[in-house]
Amino acid sequence: MSKKLLEVKNLRSEFKRDKSWVTAVNDVSFTINSGEILGLVGESGCGKSVTSLSIMRLLSPINSKISNGEVLLNGQDLLALNKKEMRKIRGREIAMIFQEPMNSLNPCMRIERQLTEAILLHNKISKDMAHKRAYDVLKSVGIPEPEMTLKNFPHQLSGGMCQRVMIAMAMSCEPDLLIADEPTTALDVTIQAQILDLMEDIRKTKNTGILMITHDLGVVAEMCHRVIVMYAGSIVEEASVKELFANPKHPYTQGLIASVPKLGSKVTSLPSIPGSVPDLSVMPKGCKFAPRCKYAMDICHTEEPELLDIGEEKKRRCRCHLVNQQEEEVKR
Amino acid sequence: MGRYCLKRILSTIPLLLVISFVVFMFIHMIPGDPARLIAGQDATKEDVAIIREQLGLDKPLLEQYGEYMKGLLTGDLGNSIKNGKTVAQTILPRLKPTLMLTFSSMVWATIVGIAIGVISAVFRGKTLDYFGMLIAISGISIPSFWLGLELIQGFSVTLRWLPTAGLDSWKSYILPSLTMGAGIMAVLARFTRSTMLETMREDYVRTARAKGLKETLVVMRHAFKNSLIEIVTVGGLQIGGLLSGSVMAETVFSIPGLGRLLVESINFRDYKVVQALLLFFAVEYIVINLIVDLLYGVINPKVRYD
Repeated sequence: MSKKLLEVKNLRSEFKRDKSWVTAVNDVSFTINSGEILGLVGESGCGKSVTSLSIMRLLSPINSKISNGEVLLNGQDLLALNKKEMRKIRGREIAMIFQEPMNSLNPCMRIERQLTEAILLHNKISKDMAHKRAYDVLKSVGIPEPEMTLKNFPHQLSGGMCQRVMIAMAMSCEPDLLIADEPTTALDVTIQAQILDLMEDIRKTKNTGILMITHDLGVVAEMCHRVIVMYAGSIVEEASVKELFANPKHPYTQGLIASVPKLGSKVTSLPSIPGSVPDLSVMPKGCKFAPRCKYAMDICHTEEPELLDIGEEKKRRCRCHLVNQQEEEVKR
Repeated sequence: MGRYCLKRILSTIPLLLVISFVVFMFIHMIPGDPARLIAGQDATKEDVAIIREQLGLDKPLLEQYGEYMKGLLTGDLGNSIKNGKTVAQTILPRLKPTLMLTFSSMVWATIVGIAIGVISAVFRGKTLDYFGMLIAISGISIPSFWLGLELIQGFSVTLRWLPTAGLDSWKSYILPSLTMGAGIMAVLARFTRSTMLETMREDYVRTARAKGLKETLVVMRHAFKNSLIEIVTVGGLQIGGLLSGSVMAETVFSIPGLGRLLVESINFRDYKVVQALLLFFAVEYIVINLIVDLLYGVINPKVRYD
């Protein structure tokens, strides 16, 4: 039975803008179990990356803060740790891979140094042992000539290879949780598939929990077990992958899924969600999606809906007045 | 890399030719006549004409340039009009003070400037940042002649710690090198700060933090090393100008260096010495630029010299 690995409770992160604070992530709660892949989807600016950086506590202290919530990793609240304790978590228990593999590796440092840096930091082993571990971990992510790659600089590698190196680096200390922030967005489609396969392999063999942040619903459908849909800093829907694609509840999720092109369909133009994500400092009253929602009712413009458990088994969550009404009708 | 150096050195030859021509023409076009200066204001026109002939100044300019170039290629820079010694004999004794001054200014200005820049970037928006930038802005806006005079007033006249002028011991270099380096320190501090701030936003710096590295290691090993590429460019340009910038400090502190020699030689229309000095400054600038370009290769693995 998989155990609860990460539990995020009522997370709220804010950014400073012109001397006032605006909320980028509001009341976000979710869990990830060991060996589970949780997808986090939404448009750009909806708070996906801020959520992940909040978990790692990597938001810049100059202009941002986590003002509420708990982030429990194996039961330990990361937000209560001091800086030194938190550094021991980063890289060892939670590792992260990023969107732009070419920019995420230090251009002035050989791959070997970048890999062994983390290994030596978190393990009491010799340099030779660290080299061996770096070699092994590169080999395990499918790099054909690890010894040569170790000697290379990032610009001598392709984007796909860089992302493999990033994954190798993230996996070098065998973390419990891997946060992948748009890991395939910058890569060619064929390389994307390889990288996703690699992550799935890692999950299977190491039982790593993965938080997969993406705006690519194709990646979600292929990889994830459960999905969280975020909009304007809040979770609007959570469901298993099957349920989400078969029967999306929230109008925003419906819009997202409808805007994905389907093979064989004869539509000439792709449907899109009208309008754009509201600015953090001028959030609409009531439901934040209401201005763009074709089902919006009066209540949607005045009162913010809660994220409620829905469905018969209460395994889904949705933040929508309309869905709540329908649920109640079904109950009656 | 050897081939690259050779190519670079060869490619400077046309540049030096152009510089020598421009310098020659400019110095001869300045109003004023060395022959008149030698003969004195009371001398007759005939006397002056004789001296002009002796110095070879009566020939057409292009012919004079030709002779100058011929001398240059055979290593003969000619004789000083003022004291009759060879140009080499005139310049060489003045070289050491200027080199010492340049070197000491360069060292302190680079170390302090970069340190202030890094600290300001790391503590952006905090008191340390404001303090660092206050020093930097002062360094840029205070004219060096005034700074020199104030330093003399403070450390030499009031406190009596350091000599006011001349060259007696290593202490004599302290105030002039502070004066000369202040501007460069300030430019480097401001530039290092802005480059560091930019670099610290890079994805690989976030990666370094995500590994669990200490902030000092993140800053020095990842952000600073990458910032160095740009810092070296600006630093090289600044330091290249130092040698010729010694004019001011050497004048204020009465140091017998190349800068003061240049001023004296221009005043006396000592053409040969001025030409040689300006050419020397140009070569020095080119050499420093070459060193900077080679340093790139050491710092930035993307640069390959082939």
